Amino acid sequence: MSRTLADAPPAPEPVEEPPRARRTLPEWLKANLLLLPTAVWFLALLVIPMLIVIQYSLARRGIIKPVRFSWSNLQWHNYQDALGSRFLRIFLRSIYYSAATTIACVALGFPLAYWIARFTGRLRNIFLVLVIIPFLTSYLIRMYAWQFILQRDGLLNDTLGALHLGNHHVFLNTSFAVILGLTYGFLPFMVLPLYASIERMDPSLVEASYDLGHGKVSTFFRVIVPTVAPGLVAGTLLVFIPATGDFVTPELLGGVKTQMFGNTIQDQFGSGQNWPLGSAMAVVLMAFILIGVYVYLRRVGEDAL
Amino acid sequence: MSRSKSALRPRYLKLHALLVYAFLFAPIIVLVVFSFNEARSGTTFTKFSTKWYDDLIHNEDALRAFRTTLKVAIVATLVATLLGTLAAFALTRFQFRGRSAYSTLVFISLVIPEVVLGIALLAFFVQFAHMKLGLRTVILSHITFCIAFVVVVVKARLSSFDNRLVEAAADLGATPVQSFLRVVLPLAAPGIAAGAMLAFMISLDDVVITFFTAGPGANTLPLYIFGQLRVGVSPRINALSSFVLAFSLIALGIGAAFSARAAKRGRGGIDATALG
Repeated sequence: MSRTLADAPPAPEPVEEPPRARRTLPEWLKANLLLLPTAVWFLALLVIPMLIVIQYSLARRGIIKPVRFSWSNLQWHNYQDALGSRFLRIFLRSIYYSAATTIACVALGFPLAYWIARFTGRLRNIFLVLVIIPFLTSYLIRMYAWQFILQRDGLLNDTLGALHLGNHHVFLNTSFAVILGLTYGFLPFMVLPLYASIERMDPSLVEASYDLGHGKVSTFFRVIVPTVAPGLVAGTLLVFIPATGDFVTPELLGGVKTQMFGNTIQDQFGSGQNWPLGSAMAVVLMAFILIGVYVYLRRVGEDAL
Repeated sequence: MSRSKSALRPRYLKLHALLVYAFLFAPIIVLVVFSFNEARSGTTFTKFSTKWYDDLIHNEDALRAFRTTLKVAIVATLVATLLGTLAAFALTRFQFRGRSAYSTLVFISLVIPEVVLGIALLAFFVQFAHMKLGLRTVILSHITFCIAFVVVVVKARLSSFDNRLVEAAADLGATPVQSFLRVVLPLAAPGIAAGAMLAFMISLDDVVITFFTAGPGANTLPLYIFGQLRVGVSPRINALSSFVLAFSLIALGIGAAFSARAAKRGRGGIDATALG
């Protein structure tokens, strides 16, 4: 290493050498030099903080400091508490909401992506940009828009009342509102990767399937779905992961009965003041997501990402 | 042919697309429309009025929060774009040991739930680094979650990069630095611009991580809005939200124009090399 570093400045060379030989830094060194700032940054502000969370998840609540940690007295019961009956219910609810959101996004997003892909040129770009624009506007504000519409004397109740369908429906603080909000928030994440893979699909494959005697349904599941699988995988990951950890949507559109895991983690670091328990929950959530991603990619193939 | 066409492109797709677009835009439009409603509460549109905007201009807290947000987003975008671009170059242009370890780090920072990153950074700043929560900690946090987005976008652009262009430049006597500045960088510019824009938008919007890492004096606009929302719905928030929407759309437009120009210059770069 020291030898190569010493060679780094363009050394005086014999005249007959071609100019390219001046590039003396080996590839791996150049790559690592370029990556050094990012690596240091991630080490300090991603890896170490995560390790601290893992450490805290095995510590005790402190009185002066929020946590008291000792190697000889690891508090494994934090994990028992994090997955105890009360929080397990919330954890499972988060997974249920995220799964419902993912399915809703596929149901809404797949036909849309398919429809966009039939266009060419300018029109196609316009339709794509129309999907992206809401995604680039503030998530918080989009959730507020739904809060505004779904509230008790809100626009939806007014509209239903005008249609003589009753105007005293409760929408806020229900599972419906949270799943609706999550679907609204993450739909573009599903449409874009789906579109990318549908666009690459060769329409002659579908024709070939028909010519070989397959019906619509059979063609859909045997030709179209496998071809767009990479987009489906990417879209599912992009929707499911942030939905599981979300805490803004349940905070604004939900209530006590629709809390998600993100809210309970936040509680422990806020009013609950139980950092060790909150850390254990964070580790559980992170582990769940990493294992989920790993299993999912194994199942469908890593090229999908 | 005609049979497959009708099966591939049924008419109901159009209706579906129309409904989804309505679903995407209706809430935003409703929000903006009611920011011009005179009534303090309720959802009946009584009379057109700009009084909530007058109100907003005189709201010192909101204006201060907006300035803070801009400060954070600009610094975070600059640093994250620089670091992310360097990393993306390394990951696409070189083969080396440890490459997958770096990719894994980038991947983890993308999939880590915001709440988890938020509390991890909070614990790090307060307990480990003994830093006071404030503007500094917010900026550091924003850079952390922006880097990965820049890496992904720039990498996507560079992966379609034709390495023969660099070889051609070298054959024509360009030094590595020259070929980097005059061939590689112009070609990557649209990707870098897009990455920077994405980082800027994400920083501008972030509420969860800021929620945990902001202390006194670092109240960003999303954090301010979040605080107001917990109190309840009001036309004042509609006006503020409409302002934020308008601001991000303008920023987006400027960014798009810039990146279109960069794309043109990038193509010019290819042509020049091909001709040279």
